[in-house]
Amino acid sequence: MYTEKVMDHFMNPRNVGEIENASGVGEVGNAKCGDIMRFYIQVENEVITDVKFKTFGCGAAIATSSQATEMIKGKTIEDALKITNKMVADALGGLPPVKMHCSVLAEEALQAAILDYRQKQQAV
Amino acid sequence: MKRIYMDNAATTRITEPVLEAMLPYLTNVYGNPSSVHAFGREARKAVETARRQVAAAINAQPSEIYFTGCGTEADNWALRGAAYAKNAKGKHIITTQIEHHAILHTAEQLEKEGFEVTYLPVDEHGSVDLEALKRAIRPDTAIVSIMAANNEIGTIQPIREAAAIAKEHGALFHTDAVQAIGCEKIDVKDMKIDLLSLSGHKFHGPKGVGVLYVRSGVRLERLIQGGAQERTQRGGTENLASIVGMGKAIEIAVSNMEERNAYIASLRDRLINGLLERIPETRLNGHPTNRLSGNANVSVRYIEGESLLLSLDMKGIAASSGSACTSGSLDPSHVLLAIGLSHEIAHGSMRFSLNEENTIEEVDYTIDTMVEVVERLRAMSPLYAR
Repeated sequence: MYTEKVMDHFMNPRNVGEIENASGVGEVGNAKCGDIMRFYIQVENEVITDVKFKTFGCGAAIATSSQATEMIKGKTIEDALKITNKMVADALGGLPPVKMHCSVLAEEALQAAILDYRQKQQAV
Repeated sequence: MKRIYMDNAATTRITEPVLEAMLPYLTNVYGNPSSVHAFGREARKAVETARRQVAAAINAQPSEIYFTGCGTEADNWALRGAAYAKNAKGKHIITTQIEHHAILHTAEQLEKEGFEVTYLPVDEHGSVDLEALKRAIRPDTAIVSIMAANNEIGTIQPIREAAAIAKEHGALFHTDAVQAIGCEKIDVKDMKIDLLSLSGHKFHGPKGVGVLYVRSGVRLERLIQGGAQERTQRGGTENLASIVGMGKAIEIAVSNMEERNAYIASLRDRLINGLLERIPETRLNGHPTNRLSGNANVSVRYIEGESLLLSLDMKGIAASSGSACTSGSLDPSHVLLAIGLSHEIAHGSMRFSLNEENTIEEVDYTIDTMVEVVERLRAMSPLYAR
């Protein structure tokens, strides 16, 4: 059902955790549906220098969170925004069709974290 | 890595005596039971032996036993066959919110075809409310279908009492006993059951064979049209080897029931107590005592069932989950919602189903592994605040 890469990211997720006083935090999903992703990003000079996540969800939700955080680390905000759910799924060697929504959540969590960062910037 | 199988409610292993009984019918004895010649006659003899074995297990007459392709077919046939029977009393059907989809989806389809269906609620332990049945039953109720024991949470249902209520009102009573057989004593005469479904592979028999018991005198519409097999009531050449296997398996399943189930229940209780004691914020689903000997269903807060299932699988443990991610829909198990769990809690449920082949060592390893993987997943969960 899952590719080896998905299982690898599920069993050995990268960037799990939280960032205190993060530049941006984004949370999407809800417990009722069985998926919640929370992304934390640290941004310096428009570059994402650190990223962490916490996810409640199935194997694919955890694996896509892990994969997405890996893909944006070190990227500029502009480049990070170019990452789509399909790129996340492809990087994992594909996802079962019923699990594609997990990659959509990962993309949304990333965008929500960036939006939060932008709003905090403007508030300053 | 050691492999531990705790998903016996999903399916079971074919045991050696069952396989041995089946083998000749996969090789040398291959006649069509409907054939007149010697090849056919020896096949027929085997089918009738299996029919007697199944009948004896539930105290029925062999002529009341019909072999089907699976438990699901038996459920479909019972409900649909009774609803459409020429002598049906009316177009009202009563079942419960916690039935297997073989009943629920058939009932939903019958609703589309003009039948009216009442889905009885259950209490927090998953027991069907008999008062609700008394209130729901009407002069035009054709059939009442209540499972003998629930497949997910293991709660044993008061089918004797329910059958009596149905009888009092002249409605047929069907029970899906797929999970209960071999765990609970079932006597169709004593319990006044009209229709009862069984599935071969839940008690060490093969897959692809089921039974519908139809009390003598009950008329059902046929579900499968075809030849004159099963006394013209169910067309299709008999699945010879599987029928033989089911007969042997049920004979073993109902022998030595007390001792076997006492052992299984001791493992179940050790597992339940170990999990509840060692993992904070877990709960047992289903009735605390009136449950199938092998069923342990627990909800673990803050984590989702599929990730738990995968984590256990990586450690060699096979179980199952009622989360949406394993049900193929967006909602978690209808059974867990029916007992009043929130979506969030229901998503984090795990079912371990044990049988006599499990050991104390396996139970202890499973508890230790659960402690470990729950900790890992909770550390990742945004819902969990330490």
